[in-house]
Amino acid sequence: MPLDLSAPPITPSLDPRDTGGPRQPMLIVKDLTKHFPVKGGLRRSAVHAADGVSFDVMKGETLGIVGESGCGKSTTARLLIRLIEPDSGSVIFDGQEVGTRAGISVREMQRQVQMVFQDSYASLNPRLTLRDSIAFGLKVGGMPVEAAKQRADETLAMVGLNPDNFAQRFPHQLSGGQRQRVNIARALAMQPRLLILDEAVSALDKSIEAQILNLLQELKEKLSLTYVFISHDLNVVRYISDRLLVMYLGKVVEVGPVGEVYRAPRHPYTKALLSSRPSMDPARRRSEPPLTGDPPSPIDPAPGCRFRARCPHAQLVCEHVEPVLAEQGPGHQAACHALLPGSGHTAAITSPQPI
Amino acid sequence: MFLSRSSVRPAPQLAQDVSKPLVEVRDLTVKIVSKYQNLSLLNGVTFSLKEGEVLCFLGESGSGKSLTMRSLMRLLPETAQIGGSISVAGIDVLALKRKELVGIRGPLMSMIFQEPATALDPIYTIGDQIAETVRIHEHISKDGARRRALELLDLVQIPSARQRLNAYPHELSGGLRQRAMIALALSCKPKLLLADEPTTALDATVQIQVLLLLRKLQKELGLAIIFVTHDVGVACEIADRIGVMYAGRIVETGPVGDVIATPAHPYTNGLLHSMVSEQIQGGKLTPIPGEPPNLQALPPGCSFAPRCSLAHDACTAAVPDFARIAANHAARCVLATERA
Repeated sequence: MPLDLSAPPITPSLDPRDTGGPRQPMLIVKDLTKHFPVKGGLRRSAVHAADGVSFDVMKGETLGIVGESGCGKSTTARLLIRLIEPDSGSVIFDGQEVGTRAGISVREMQRQVQMVFQDSYASLNPRLTLRDSIAFGLKVGGMPVEAAKQRADETLAMVGLNPDNFAQRFPHQLSGGQRQRVNIARALAMQPRLLILDEAVSALDKSIEAQILNLLQELKEKLSLTYVFISHDLNVVRYISDRLLVMYLGKVVEVGPVGEVYRAPRHPYTKALLSSRPSMDPARRRSEPPLTGDPPSPIDPAPGCRFRARCPHAQLVCEHVEPVLAEQGPGHQAACHALLPGSGHTAAITSPQPI
Repeated sequence: MFLSRSSVRPAPQLAQDVSKPLVEVRDLTVKIVSKYQNLSLLNGVTFSLKEGEVLCFLGESGSGKSLTMRSLMRLLPETAQIGGSISVAGIDVLALKRKELVGIRGPLMSMIFQEPATALDPIYTIGDQIAETVRIHEHISKDGARRRALELLDLVQIPSARQRLNAYPHELSGGLRQRAMIALALSCKPKLLLADEPTTALDATVQIQVLLLLRKLQKELGLAIIFVTHDVGVACEIADRIGVMYAGRIVETGPVGDVIATPAHPYTNGLLHSMVSEQIQGGKLTPIPGEPPNLQALPPGCSFAPRCSLAHDACTAAVPDFARIAANHAARCVLATERA
């Protein structure tokens, strides 16, 4: 059949930078590990911020990452974009391994991946106008000054800020919501394919948060972007994500389609996390906290399952063997001995049903 | 940190009529006026609170919820100009002299904060901080104060409390620190606890633990609590009554169930609709357009009118008064007045 060149493309993104094709994951993360040594003290110890983290991000999807403070979500984000160097592990961006001679250079990857941070004020240079802030990266990338300013104005308009009013303003003259729009504009000006949003709406008031979430959804569609969305707000993550990754103390404990994970969480930690949400109905309040105690310190975690100290189902096997991610359904994985037949956990032997 | 006991005047007589509410705040205003700015932070806050009741102030940053609580404790900077009246257990708080404030902070009301790491003193152990507070307010031996501190740590369910008496704040996890701060706040048996977003900085699994603890303590001790939060879910878990705040005013107040189920003020309605809680995944949210007003130049009439899709001429003419919608449920909205 002759190729009809006048027909519109089937996939929305026929990006010339798309080297792998639509089925190639945007990111394949393999065994990413980062330990931060703790200075001082008698013993040599380390914060296990990310410990063998592996996951994929498909093109055009939003992957939500949730977990409590210290679980390694932000470290993982920074490893993805190489703001910090991993101790080991690899990241494959659109079929090309990052930072290897055969693959793609870190610099080239960073042109296509951008990040938005939580603190909208700290991430803007207070002495640059918004236009200059946005044009800065473009100029560094070799774009002529006038063209960069032009692009800055266009992206400002794209995020809902009129460049005539805003281009010459400074960050302190903006509200929190407006500043976060500028941060999104600055990221988008580089025309990224993947946007990492690290708690990007967490500092905003609820009515403003909804505005930014709507904006993110619009932009994603218009620019066929892929998002990695990190948040501790379970409701927001549920709203925006296609797939969900749950982390606990530097480990991935569960990953799956967002509806599936919320409807039928498998890992005991995911269950507890989801049922820790306030009820939103004063007539049906929570009566018992699903977990006791705080998340333990990520400094030198004990061997075995990291959740076992707070887990109601912990058994001997959990103390000695570290559980690995195992298939629970289509695209749904969880790392728990009680879910893995033959692991030695009694729940896994006596009943194939999830605990 | 150590106050000599002689500097503390005895608390003014707690002459209290049982039928009267514990807290009565009338037309409270707070302004900060300087060469550079003229901020109207609170613009007429009026509410009352019965003994043993939990009132939750819900609102966004800058709406004045924390400031209202700080006014109750007189924890405002010198430059703030306070107007209106505050009466707690029959005491006119705004008329007290500075030295007399120590007499009410602790035995009458105490406060817990969002960030226990900065609210606790880093160079004294938890036990010392609690014992010191007890000894300032009550004539009690060192050992007795120490025993009280232990009881309090048990009360707030800190595991292995005896060891934790000798722990410094940095040695505790976030959840335990927050529990220790609650113990400190309860050490002088206050009637009123002011809680300023005490669970906001905590992780999800810890937040629910602390909320349930506060609820349990409230029931057991018969505490009245004023709780400040921006999280509707948290308010649903703990509040008897809600006060929704916007631009330094309470715009709607009522029993928590009624306000959530049938919000009468367009701002409350908008706030509930912009929440993503039960929204369909990926669908369009309906945020409130615009942003909260500049507190240096409030719009005339209803402060929410510029963002309100239902606003008409009457809204900008004058600040609307409370209109009663049902028993105990009222909203400061022209439309609610017209409907009533």
